[in-house]
Amino acid sequence: MFPDVLDERSVRMYVDNAADWMVIHWGASLEAAFQPLLHLLIAIEGFLLWMPWYVIIFLIAGLAFLATRNWKLPIGVSILMFMIGAAGYWEESNQTIALMLASTITALVVGVPVGVAMALSRPVRSIMRPLLDVMQTLPPFVYLIPGVMLLGPGKVPALLATVIYAVPPVIRLTDVGIRNVDSDVVEAVSAYGASGWQKLWHAQLPLALPTIMAGINQTMMMALSMVVIASMIGAGGLGYQVLQGIGRLEVSRGLFAGLAIVALAIIFDRIAQSYGRRLQSQLHMDEG
Amino acid sequence: MTPKIVCRNVYKCFGPNSAEAIRMARDGQSQSEILKQTKSVLALNDISLEIGAGETFVIMGLSGSGKSTLIRHFNRLVDPTTGQVIVDDTDITTMDRKELRTFRRHKISMVFQNFGLLPHRTVLKNVGYGLLMQGRTRKEQDEAAAHWISRVGLSGYEHHYPAQLSGGMKQRVGLARALASDSEILLMDEAFSALDPLIRTEMQEQLIELQAQLNKTIVFITHDPDEAMLLGNHIAILRDGTVQQIGTPNDILENSVNDYVRKFVQNVNLNRLREARPASIPA
Ligand SMILES: Nc1ncnc2c1ncn2[C@@H]1O[C@H](COP(=O)(O)OP(=O)(O)OP(=O)(O)O)[C@@H](O)[C@H]1O
Ligand SMILES: [Mg+2]
Repeated sequence: MFPDVLDERSVRMYVDNAADWMVIHWGASLEAAFQPLLHLLIAIEGFLLWMPWYVIIFLIAGLAFLATRNWKLPIGVSILMFMIGAAGYWEESNQTIALMLASTITALVVGVPVGVAMALSRPVRSIMRPLLDVMQTLPPFVYLIPGVMLLGPGKVPALLATVIYAVPPVIRLTDVGIRNVDSDVVEAVSAYGASGWQKLWHAQLPLALPTIMAGINQTMMMALSMVVIASMIGAGGLGYQVLQGIGRLEVSRGLFAGLAIVALAIIFDRIAQSYGRRLQSQLHMDEG
Repeated sequence: MTPKIVCRNVYKCFGPNSAEAIRMARDGQSQSEILKQTKSVLALNDISLEIGAGETFVIMGLSGSGKSTLIRHFNRLVDPTTGQVIVDDTDITTMDRKELRTFRRHKISMVFQNFGLLPHRTVLKNVGYGLLMQGRTRKEQDEAAAHWISRVGLSGYEHHYPAQLSGGMKQRVGLARALASDSEILLMDEAFSALDPLIRTEMQEQLIELQAQLNKTIVFITHDPDEAMLLGNHIAILRDGTVQQIGTPNDILENSVNDYVRKFVQNVNLNRLREARPASIPA
């Protein structure tokens, strides 16, 4: 037996009481603060489900075509989407896509500025580095705690948990991308009188864009990998089907929903990757 | 000749202990001794010089002698540890950020050894960059850029991207960018070093020709004694962050102050020089 050095029950009681206090006093304003996230998620979901299925497939195939200018990817992507629909998971897939897009957008809006701040400020970097390290080693379940604690189960805490879990790559790669920008270019821009913002807009961000794009891709994949866990607190979608499959011991339900998640991962990974490559050549950064 | 750029007792130290490094330098200790004791590189050691308006001033010296550090003081890409850098009677080391930006936008431009072009902008937009910074209209930017692109012989490449150009062409873009902003001072840090000999000769001739019309103040860094003799009205020779000698090409050739300077100029191709600048070099 480990000796009783601490009255852990009373400590835990304090923590729980503090949490209750926060929920009672801040709950409403927190909910209001995250309202825009909910609107974003509902808008994307509503749009995807409002559109006829063939239009959605056409849109995704179109995205794939724009990224590659080649018919192979659009055809592959269309077949995968069609199979998801045929397996009976159309609605759930679109919910999952909506969650992934909403959390990726949120992660971008938060992550890119943080990454820029890290690259440009040593103090910020020395705070963020260990924080990101911890974030990337924490088991994803832990991210459910703050959201559920403050807001109760629902779509917003599920989205929050997904964002927190998925945001580190975009922060890290923005930081790396900006710090690896050719210092000669930044120096040249300064020599012609660019201000800090102009340096950022004219040189650092565009030159870092391919790296940032790789971060966005990773963030998207991590958001997708969080959907099963997030569905435990109300994200719905494919993750919920997996969960039900486990709960009811319906192998086929869980397995097919799982395969649908994999299909979505392949689709969006391929599109994002080709888009990244395309961006690189559009920016003419293949060489010097 | 009125001085355009004046350096007064400029010291530049990279590293943790600049006060001690400068004190040791004033006691006459060598750069390597200072590095050993203070872990700091004394890149410039008591530099004082004057650069006249309208002249081409060449800086020469071995690798690591402080040439790039010195030229970057003239537009304050590098701040001196102590000392003054005066341009047109204004001490630029006391300028605040806003004054410095205005100074860089209007007074001084720079050509870089590694070009420093924006890869995602066309040649036209790269050349117009200085004018963009000056707040000129897009039309003015593009017109001036097109003019200078043709002056450096790159007509037809306006809408190409830097990655599509050869090294020599990129350097012309860099030169056109510097000229387009129409500043009085032009800094060139080993601007021609990356070029092959043929294009290099061509660029040197082009610079001489342009300078005859434009009459800018040019500070030019080179490793190549022929280039220095050809372009410079005055030449400064640096060693370990100190000035060894400043003089006209003729002075440097005829009255080298020490062996270090003599080694630099002993291989000068006098024939080419006489051909290009018959007046400046004695028979
Ligand atoms: N940012 C910096 N931090 C630390 N040390 C520096 C920095 N910039 C230059 N130095 C040091 O200052 C000294 C002079 O460097 P500088 O680049 O001015 O030499 P240079 O004469 O231009 O050489 P090269 O011909 O190779 O370009 C070198 O010892 C270099 O290591
Ligand atoms: Mg140099």
